[in-house]
Amino acid sequence: MSQALIELRDLLFAWPGQAPLLDIPQFRLEAGEALFLKGPSGSGKTTLLGLLGGVNLPAQGSVRLLGQTLAELGQGARDRFRVDHTGYIFQQFNLLPFLSVRENVELPCRFSASRAERARQRHGSVDQAATQLLAHLGLTDPAMLARRADSLSIGQQQRVAAARALIGQPELVIADEPTSALDADTREAFIRLLFDECRAAGSSLLFVSHDQSLAPLFDRHLSLAELNRAAAPREA
Amino acid sequence: MYLLRLALASLANRRFTAFLTAFAIALSVCLLLAVERVRTEARASFASTISGTDLIVGARSGSVNLLLYSVFRIGNATNNIRWDSYQHYASDPRVKWAIPISLGDSHRGYRVMGTSTDYFSHYQYGRRQHLELSQGRPFADNPFDVVLGAEVAEALHYKLGDKLVLAHGVAAISLVKHDDKPFTVVGVLKRTGTPVDRTLHISLAGMEAIHVDWHNGVPARGAGRISAEQARGMDLQPTAITAFMLGLNNKIATFSVQREINQYANEPLLAILPGVALQELWSLMGTAEQALFVVSLFVVLTGLIGMLTAILTSLNERRREMAILRSVGARPWHIAGLLVLEALALAVAGIVAGLGLLYAGIALAQGYVQANYGLYLPLAWPSSHEWTLLAIILGAALLMGSVPAWRAYRQSLADGLSIHL
Repeated sequence: MSQALIELRDLLFAWPGQAPLLDIPQFRLEAGEALFLKGPSGSGKTTLLGLLGGVNLPAQGSVRLLGQTLAELGQGARDRFRVDHTGYIFQQFNLLPFLSVRENVELPCRFSASRAERARQRHGSVDQAATQLLAHLGLTDPAMLARRADSLSIGQQQRVAAARALIGQPELVIADEPTSALDADTREAFIRLLFDECRAAGSSLLFVSHDQSLAPLFDRHLSLAELNRAAAPREA
Repeated sequence: MYLLRLALASLANRRFTAFLTAFAIALSVCLLLAVERVRTEARASFASTISGTDLIVGARSGSVNLLLYSVFRIGNATNNIRWDSYQHYASDPRVKWAIPISLGDSHRGYRVMGTSTDYFSHYQYGRRQHLELSQGRPFADNPFDVVLGAEVAEALHYKLGDKLVLAHGVAAISLVKHDDKPFTVVGVLKRTGTPVDRTLHISLAGMEAIHVDWHNGVPARGAGRISAEQARGMDLQPTAITAFMLGLNNKIATFSVQREINQYANEPLLAILPGVALQELWSLMGTAEQALFVVSLFVVLTGLIGMLTAILTSLNERRREMAILRSVGARPWHIAGLLVLEALALAVAGIVAGLGLLYAGIALAQGYVQANYGLYLPLAWPSSHEWTLLAIILGAALLMGSVPAWRAYRQSLADGLSIHL
């Protein structure tokens, strides 16, 4: 079996003084895969994303990203590893309102030399990379790119967030309920754009949402409740 | 540096609060520097009120008292000294020059000083500067000549040739006037920034003439009165003066002459070294001056605490900003650095604006302050002492900035990538 992008093994996590929240015997995300992970709020979804980002560490078991066990890295190295290999899209208000659209997209390249380097290799410059990504996502107006991020509509902001997650071709894009603020029509269009761009960048997509209706769009869909043994009694 | 760009952009996003915070710091910095500058200049101008005089001699009292009435025209002499005591020392071979001083009259609140023409040639102030006339001449043979200090002439709008009447005593409103013997303005001195500006100078003969028909502190009535014309013909040698100043040929002799005068057998006299007495007097006022300095330090502290409050208050509503930054790769120390830079930017803006306010203020008030208080406030670059103060303020701002930085560091570690609200 080839190396998985994400591999969780015998993962156990509990917040201090609480019952175990996550107990995942096994989970894999293959390179280039787009996975829908269904997780209602309170299911430990945020905690799982924290573990994948190396912000939290499991009590037992391992989280491996690109073959690297996160717990083996120091805190600073985990931070660096995260930004080098992962792009994030959140629910809404993803952008720093006081920066321009373009600056928001370029942010990861400011903190990760390797993503800046990959953006340069593929597009010539970080600036070019931002312009092209935004153009692919339907934001072509150069005047708009210079505007403050909070002057855009929610739908436009989410596309800017997607461009930011994709710049510098991270191996993994984690989208945490990115469509919940969008209406039904734009939701599907946004996901298709996201697929296209992930494919173009060669990134895997981990899409976490409570909205089961989006699941058929993906290669594979899973439910966190099925994965997580700790959640089973609550569902019953 | 990209963090600085982020810090400034974030501040610009909260520009109203940021402006107010920086403005509070600017005001406090301006106040501190203004107090510092006035303090320095006041001390310098105070110390240069009199120079070149080796000894001041008056009736036996306290040295500060003697200095106050003989140099600052404040308060009164406890007693007069005899003319022959003055002559005794004026003719001493060790004495280069002597200036007699006779006080006790006034004109519309300004003191009148009787003296000799030696005053104009030997009295020095500041950096050994002599008195200079801006108009006219020193008083001469006519006992009813008066030479005005610059402020007197300006405030009372006197010009050469004007006649004025002196009042007996030093109260601002005097009931007894020497209106039978008016004086003529013959000269106006250049501004010195010292009490000389607020003095009317007449000759000892003039001082004698206006009191020649006085007995037991009241003017003579009827036939006993002596007119100005009659007085002019009389012998106007005074029998007593208030004090005198001495310049010695050899400075080394100062202490032995001082001791001699203090032990003068014919009359109880007191000789003081003006520099020492000035020091004593300044140490009295030093407390007030230091209090002012301490108050302005606390104002600066208040400004900085305002900054601390503003940044700390913003922290909670900026958790999202922090989480976004974390998700794009900012590490906790980046977040902390961002807040320190923010504090630094506010402090630098406050200091620069404070300096701007200070210089604008000095440029505007310079003329007024010099005219009214005799203080020259230079539009000079900050002194090394002032730079030190500014550096301390900046250091304090950094220290204060590290408080929210530490909290944000902890917060961003705890929050991770999860966005609250």
